[in-house]
Amino acid sequence: MIAFAIDSSPLPGSTTEVSRSRRCPRGRRRRPAVLPGFGVSAAITSIVVFSLIVFPLAVLVLRAASLGPGGFLAAAWTPRARAAYAVSLGASLIAAVLSSALGLVVAWVLARFRFPGRRLLDALVDVPLALPTAVAGLVYSTLYVPKGWLGQWLVPLGIKGAYSFLGIVLVLVFVSLPFAVRVVQPVIESLDRDTEEAARILGASRLQTFLRVVLPGILPAFVTGFALSLARALGEYGSVVFISGNMPFKTEIAPVLIVSRLEEFAYAEATTVAVLLLAMSLALLVVVNTLQQRLARNAQ
Amino acid sequence: MSIHIRNVTKHFGTFAALDDVSLDVADGSLLALLGPSGSGKTTLLRIIAGLEHPDSGSIEEDGADITDLHARSREVGFVFQHYALFRHMSVFENVAFGLRVRKTPDAQVRSRVEELLRLVRLEGLGGRKPSQLSGGQRQRVALARALAIRPKILLLDEPFGALDAKVRVELRQWLRRLHDEIGMTSVFVTHDQEEAFELADRVVVMNHGRIEQEGTPDEVFDQPATPFVMDFLGNVNVYHGRVENGRAFWHGIPIDYPDYPHAQARDARVYLRPHELELSLAAEARRRPENSLAASVVRVSRSGAVTRVACRPHGSDVELHVDVPADTARGWTLEPGTNVAITPRRARVFLPGPEYVI
Repeated sequence: MIAFAIDSSPLPGSTTEVSRSRRCPRGRRRRPAVLPGFGVSAAITSIVVFSLIVFPLAVLVLRAASLGPGGFLAAAWTPRARAAYAVSLGASLIAAVLSSALGLVVAWVLARFRFPGRRLLDALVDVPLALPTAVAGLVYSTLYVPKGWLGQWLVPLGIKGAYSFLGIVLVLVFVSLPFAVRVVQPVIESLDRDTEEAARILGASRLQTFLRVVLPGILPAFVTGFALSLARALGEYGSVVFISGNMPFKTEIAPVLIVSRLEEFAYAEATTVAVLLLAMSLALLVVVNTLQQRLARNAQ
Repeated sequence: MSIHIRNVTKHFGTFAALDDVSLDVADGSLLALLGPSGSGKTTLLRIIAGLEHPDSGSIEEDGADITDLHARSREVGFVFQHYALFRHMSVFENVAFGLRVRKTPDAQVRSRVEELLRLVRLEGLGGRKPSQLSGGQRQRVALARALAIRPKILLLDEPFGALDAKVRVELRQWLRRLHDEIGMTSVFVTHDQEEAFELADRVVVMNHGRIEQEGTPDEVFDQPATPFVMDFLGNVNVYHGRVENGRAFWHGIPIDYPDYPHAQARDARVYLRPHELELSLAAEARRRPENSLAASVVRVSRSGAVTRVACRPHGSDVELHVDVPADTARGWTLEPGTNVAITPRRARVFLPGPEYVI
């Protein structure tokens, strides 16, 4: 794998390469690069991507593949595993929708308004990134258990925030919100306010101005925020394990299933569940990113 | 549609953007708001558009008070300095925007937009995105978009500011013709006096939130009301001299100034434009012409039909700029050090008042 990375990089340190390209630039005129050029950065990129992402995942897939197609399906497609995929994907999708919608509002307020405490609010948005997510899970479950501060009022109303699907969604929103905010915020800040005034002068209502002029500019970033939130939610383990109750077929997410299989020394099954979860996540992200690119092209 | 602005004041925090401004814009006229940045010209334009609201004072259109009317309901066309086109929409949809939000039937939208694209000479480019157009084309899209809703007033904020010199001059002439065709009351903001003078019927010179002078281009250029206007129109020789007994003194040369008949001398500023000074070669004249100033040439540069000569009067370190018709200058050998005589033909004298701050 390492040998491959070096082979594929176009020899950045080689003097012959440099002097040749200086003497006779190929057909197209290229702007001379001020910062390290394609050679160096491509080498670093390939090393990073292969050693940190592709290599470990390839090992995972290889382990799973050693079971053969029949064994793979038997291990990864059990009723309990299917229920776990459904909980994982369902909760993550709902959380990503909520996060990106709430994130849009938070980002709008932070980008557009100046008010006392804005800086504090701005800093608070990043806290979920720094806090160990297990702490978040513990705090949430203490709040929402039937005797907790919030639970004592909410549970009698039928709202169960702990040891339930709702609890999973709550903590996933908590961990993914920073991504949704931080992706959209700079885009809102960079919007051309004149276009909003132009729309108003041309007779558009507030809603028309937002839907027809503002939203198309934000939408690509909004979808990126959705994708990042989704990715973050799909991979989350630490907080969910404390709040969901981990009841098989009900509130057990796929990452929790993997860990419980490992604890039972069922390594092959753990691996296959991981691979299938990975494949589904990848497929989802590819779909969302394609949509994002199409929107970005349209917003040019 | 005539516009009447009455005693409008607008503050941003402690900064007075407009200070008791009153102005009438006649129906069908093309008026320029001219001034340096921070003079309040853009604020005034935005108040006419309804994008800002005055702290006090009122705006009337044809006698109807529209001070509290929202921008959305004013039916004005506004062309933004950087065009503010909707980037994600095609040129066609940009122009159609004002009609679409009014729920105009599709067929009408189509014919109106096509008519406008013809008017701004962009037919066939309706499918492009603004990013695929040149600056001048974007400017015309912005204009077509503003005109689509058949506004009663057209407002333009630095309409040619972001364009290169050649396109700017072309668009300027084209806009003037367009205005004459449509005959819509138009107000534009500019800091470029050439633009204001070439394009407008009336020029309003603004400074520090106040109107310094209002008049036709000729009036403003020939009879600047204040030293600020004189300075702002630029390209002028300023001399800090004095006045007494009905005469001002410019480098010791007396100039009639009947407005100050008193015997007690007072400081004054004397303004002479480069073309209002006459230059002759000292060597050719047998005797220095009366009331002329002996000077030597410092620099000569050619600018189109005139030759610009920078001179330094003998025994002085101020530089005087004199414009000589290039045809006249061609017969002379003007080079640094040449001795010349300068005669003022016309001068303006201002006594510094307490209100005069540049």
